[in-house]
Amino acid sequence: MVLALILALTLGPVALVLIQAGGAGGLTAADWAAARFTVLQAALSAGLSVALAVPVARALARRSFPGRAALVTALGAPFLLPVVVAVLGILALFGRSGLLNRGIEALGLPGVTIYGLQGVLLAHLFLNLPLAVRMILNGWAAVPPERFRLAQSLDFGPRDVLRVIERPVLRATLPGAFVAIFLVCLTSFTAVLVMGGGPRATTLSLAIYQSFRLEFDLAHAASLSALQMALGLVAAFAGVALVSPTAFGAGRGWRGQAWIAPPDPRAVARIGDGVAIGGMGLFLALPIGLATAAGVTHLPRPDAALLAPLGRSVAVALGATLLAVAGALALGLALSGWRKGMARLADGAAMLVLGTSPLVLGTGAFLALRGWADPAAFALPLTMVANGLMALPFALRILLPDIQTLRADYDRLADSLGMEGLARLRLLVLPRLRRPLGFAAGLAAALAMGDLGVVTLFSDPERATLPMVLYERMGQYRMDEAYGLAVVLVLASFGLFWLFDRMGRADADV
Amino acid sequence: MRLSLMIAGFLAALPVLAAAEKPQLTVYTYDSFTADWGPGPAIAKAFEAGCDCTVKYVTAGDAAALLSRVLLEGKGSKADVVVGLDTNLTEQARQSGLFAPAPALSASYDLPVKWTDTTFVPYDWGYFAFVYDKTKLPAPPTDFKALGASKLKIVIEDPRSASPGLGLLMWVKKAYGDQAGEVWKGLADNIVTVTPGWSEAYGLFLKGEADMVLSYTTSPAYHIEAEKDDTKAAAPFTEGHYMQIEVAGKMAGAKEPALADQFLAFLAGPEAQAILPETNWMYPVVMPKGGLPASFATLIKPGKALLFSPEEAAAMRAAATEEWRAALSK
Amino acid sequence: MLTFEGVEIRQGDFSLSADLSVPEGAITALIGPSGAGKSTLLSVVAGFLVPTRGRVLWRGADLGPLPPGRRPLSILFQDQNLFPHLTVAQNVGLGLRPDLRLPAPERARVEEVLGDVGLAGLGGRKPGALSGGQQGRVALARALIRDRPLLLLDEPFAALGPALKDEMLDLVARMAGRAGTTVLMVSHDPDDARRIAPLTVLVADGRAHSPVATAALLADPPPALASYLGK
Repeated sequence: MVLALILALTLGPVALVLIQAGGAGGLTAADWAAARFTVLQAALSAGLSVALAVPVARALARRSFPGRAALVTALGAPFLLPVVVAVLGILALFGRSGLLNRGIEALGLPGVTIYGLQGVLLAHLFLNLPLAVRMILNGWAAVPPERFRLAQSLDFGPRDVLRVIERPVLRATLPGAFVAIFLVCLTSFTAVLVMGGGPRATTLSLAIYQSFRLEFDLAHAASLSALQMALGLVAAFAGVALVSPTAFGAGRGWRGQAWIAPPDPRAVARIGDGVAIGGMGLFLALPIGLATAAGVTHLPRPDAALLAPLGRSVAVALGATLLAVAGALALGLALSGWRKGMARLADGAAMLVLGTSPLVLGTGAFLALRGWADPAAFALPLTMVANGLMALPFALRILLPDIQTLRADYDRLADSLGMEGLARLRLLVLPRLRRPLGFAAGLAAALAMGDLGVVTLFSDPERATLPMVLYERMGQYRMDEAYGLAVVLVLASFGLFWLFDRMGRADADV
Repeated sequence: MRLSLMIAGFLAALPVLAAAEKPQLTVYTYDSFTADWGPGPAIAKAFEAGCDCTVKYVTAGDAAALLSRVLLEGKGSKADVVVGLDTNLTEQARQSGLFAPAPALSASYDLPVKWTDTTFVPYDWGYFAFVYDKTKLPAPPTDFKALGASKLKIVIEDPRSASPGLGLLMWVKKAYGDQAGEVWKGLADNIVTVTPGWSEAYGLFLKGEADMVLSYTTSPAYHIEAEKDDTKAAAPFTEGHYMQIEVAGKMAGAKEPALADQFLAFLAGPEAQAILPETNWMYPVVMPKGGLPASFATLIKPGKALLFSPEEAAAMRAAATEEWRAALSK
Repeated sequence: MLTFEGVEIRQGDFSLSADLSVPEGAITALIGPSGAGKSTLLSVVAGFLVPTRGRVLWRGADLGPLPPGRRPLSILFQDQNLFPHLTVAQNVGLGLRPDLRLPAPERARVEEVLGDVGLAGLGGRKPGALSGGQQGRVALARALIRDRPLLLLDEPFAALGPALKDEMLDLVARMAGRAGTTVLMVSHDPDDARRIAPLTVLVADGRAHSPVATAALLADPPPALASYLGK
């Protein structure tokens, strides 16, 4: 049911645009070049994010230090910055007049240029590394502590731990994390263009934008989005085909320590973990700090002009969160009961949403609505649905491993007691999945706060969300006000993220 | 869900019910036009004072989104008037057959070029220009060749997604014709990056990522008026400056054709023209009685205005974009 | 009477056939080498596994169409018998109503049963705060409160020390005797069978044999059992 709905909402808009265009348009050599660059940057971005996330996640898993909980929570932050703000923050650090280059110049050395493929990767790394770390760390947290104790008692060396525990964890989490980030980068627009340095960095998203907005060539636009979606589909299926659950089974859940995995006492490991954690902390904190510093002195007054869009954004975020989490939970519970092949197929199909162009989604929705309703009246519900839809695959990724564990551990007991339907949901599923549900909800809320702008065709000043107001301010020279709004937006998104994540972790003792 | 849809529908219908006694003029425009500090609210208020009607703004993101929406809606569009296209878009708009001829206006436009378009009414205009910081760059380049030969860094917008980017494309083409490709090759190493929209480019410039940014000759006026900051200036180029003229048009299927004509005339009239300079930061098409605002006094006045006709612009866009792409992809 | 009627279970190279009846009101042990299929047989009775062929009947009625929770039985697994996030009282209360909407008299009943198994006053604790023996008692209390005519034990006390295990088995025997419950228990320890189960079903060589008197079977084991017992 949920799956059919997702597919209808994903493929429907493309179909509608195709119908409106009266057929598909051919693809040019430039389109294929754009497709190649798109895949290249997305694959490199995802690969790099995942590769760097592994040591960081491992370090976070096996070390306890003051502020660890706060850092783990903060890992949600870059993901929820509006891309423009995030990019300006990165440039404040790595740009031509950024801290890095000023430091290099002070030493009398030639500066480094960030624009180009390296810049695109850096921006995507900044935006996605935290997500990758959280997804992999969740995999570590799902390993019953007994297994680590067993490893300790058998005097496992780092190699043995890698083989017996870490490799299965990575097999279970890496493909999903890679695919999720690949798909996000596949449709990335602003970050690629600003950091790309010129038309060499031309992506499919830009080509879609161009054919839609400049040439109004719907047939061409539909073909391009179909190509983008096909690429996403290949990646999604390849990814889910590689995922293999850990099969560590259940433990009694008692930890009794702050760390997830036993700390590796060797000095080299301690230093390595310190560098990994510290490096990532700085890599994330500095751009955020620099991006929002400009806004702190221009905080907007808490009047109606701020509170109304903020309220709308929060409402949209909460609605989208409910949709994403409920959808992912329903889909995950259904998937985990299906045969393996079917389940993987469905899992891949759900990921497809991420490969959809917001522009096509918005246009499709507009075409669907215009016959019988004022599209502007649906701007907010649509934003809610679109954002919920985009967050669903992430929520599913987060929930699925825990759903599988839950079912392996407690299905028989619940069946033998006749716990069914709502009672089972209330007494077993929701409490046992509290932690991943909280994280998934937090992420969905934060994502939705950042908005996607699917409704640019029929936005309405009376129904503007905070990100829309922010972009409007930027479009009218009011950069400082925009930075001020960005601070509010970041605080609000982060607040929602923190709240949900916290709810999931509060006394998640057993 | 069904309930919320009903509520949404009901809420959407409310303003229609409330305004049922007075005729309503539906104006489609881009969203910064209707923002609190944009020209929309003041213009609507002034117009409503004399028309015994209500103005309803319907927005799409920017000029290109606006045209997309009108084209998607086709003959079924609820729009009476569309405000916010520019001369790069008007040919496509005209060819759709969705627009009616403009009313005969008595206004004599203060435009550097002769206005001959009979479908659209201009309401403001500006010159594209490279904006820089006077305190950091005492002697800016005076033409594209000097800029290309310099070590200065510039940030520009992508012609495939932003109207200033398209404007720059046309600027170079109009000034250099067949040699435009060469000029772009000369500029390639000056371009720090190409952004999807004006906001990103201007933001990067203000953050110090580039020495110059492609914007408008009127941009410094905002800094002078709103921030009391006179360090920003536009560099005059000897080739002349390409123009952007923003226009409004009446829909052929307008429900309120008379009000639409009245609104177009109002837009080009003294009241609206006095509102536009310091809300949209563009030149008025008819000089207001009190002259230009003080903040506009120090702006450069290009010696030569460049502009392709809408037909020329539409015809050469694809080839010029490809030339640009090829030159910068090396 | 619990009847296995031409039951056959095949899973890869594993196969087990059972064609036998277990009398009501008695405790019957399932004994045999590990991997022979003792737990598998319980899974079929409990409804977690559908036999390849044949039926399982309780008092002449086919259990096949009933989902696990509707079968006239309670089962205690080797582990995961309790939900760690629910309190002891809630875990027991699930036996009365799977949605835990318990009216006051039923809550009192939970307290009473907890008293019966020696856990009075511990209803508010979570399982993690109990010892292994106490956790076993909670699971037993739930089986008791469900009051089903059949009780399946899949070595739930295997992890306990010998004294504690004997104590738990005696508790099972006492409770079953009082309620007239039919008990089917898997065991790998012949002493368990000797202690509380008058009858024993030997599961070996792909077959579950008809129940025979435990004492006689252990005194003169057939070859398959003899090698398992190390005699």
